[in-house]
Amino acid sequence: MSEHVSSPRFYFLIFAALIVLTGVTVWVAEIDLGAANDVVALTIAVTKALLVMIFFMHLRHSTRLTVLTALAGFFWLAILILITMSDYVSRGVILPVPGK
Amino acid sequence: MSSVAADPHAVHAHAQHHPSLAHQFDNLDQQRESSTLGMWIFLVTEIMFFGGLFTAYVIYRSQFSAAFQAASHHLNVIMGGANTAVLILSSLTMAMAIWAAQVNRRKLIVVFLILTMLLGATFLGVKYFEYKEKFTHHLVPGPNFEFDGPDPQHAQIFFSLYFIMTGLHALHMIIGIGVLTWLAVLSWKGRFNSEYHNPLECAGLYWHFVDIVWIFLFPLLYLLGAHAH
Repeated sequence: MSEHVSSPRFYFLIFAALIVLTGVTVWVAEIDLGAANDVVALTIAVTKALLVMIFFMHLRHSTRLTVLTALAGFFWLAILILITMSDYVSRGVILPVPGK
Repeated sequence: MSSVAADPHAVHAHAQHHPSLAHQFDNLDQQRESSTLGMWIFLVTEIMFFGGLFTAYVIYRSQFSAAFQAASHHLNVIMGGANTAVLILSSLTMAMAIWAAQVNRRKLIVVFLILTMLLGATFLGVKYFEYKEKFTHHLVPGPNFEFDGPDPQHAQIFFSLYFIMTGLHALHMIIGIGVLTWLAVLSWKGRFNSEYHNPLECAGLYWHFVDIVWIFLFPLLYLLGAHAH
């Protein structure tokens, strides 16, 4: 069979990295960095999600079609959030909001 | 019977046909790739399902950030953090269950699946105590909601999102434990081996996805108020 088999030791290393990153995100949240708190927290969360997807969910050894499908999901999520927020943050910038 | 044995092609075709290979697939590799792709397409719909709630969170957070920060401070970081570790550990045991199938260790598959289910149940147990604490402290949105911080009306939106998002996540965990129970029985019966374990792989993808949802929920819900005391 062509399926790749990772070693238990490798899976444990990924697990250890995820636990360390969880500790880091709790520790950093205690420090007041202003708006950068969100940036750091989300960067760590995305890193953890990528570790889970690439190694635990075997995307590293999946077909390109499967990888593209996974990416498409997050791409559509980005469209949902970015276009919605481009409306919310720009309201009243060009024209006044009626009733305000 | 004798006519089948007399036909060398019939005997050959039968020997080639793996008992776990469905008729519409050419071979086990094609079958495995198809089931993985199908599961990912389902997970994409799940990304959009949770994505709507994450978008609602982003909108309200951008409008009422002070209320969200004060409300977040009322969540229990110790319990949330411990639960994050429990869920990550359950992802490890889930990955190990598939590894056990890949190396033909039937009993180890069952052991790792049971460990995964126990860790999932531990997560839900901690969640129960967290929810109970919110009810005791009148932090559940509704007529009994009491909030001594600033902007209680919008703090209520934070707690609404908290209960909907963690509740939907917990529902996914309960469904996951149900699926794993069924797969543990099949594994015990010897249905999975190094050549065929697609159902385990798909359940694993689902379990890891639920873990990823929590990886985002934990900082977005629990850690907003951590530096504001």
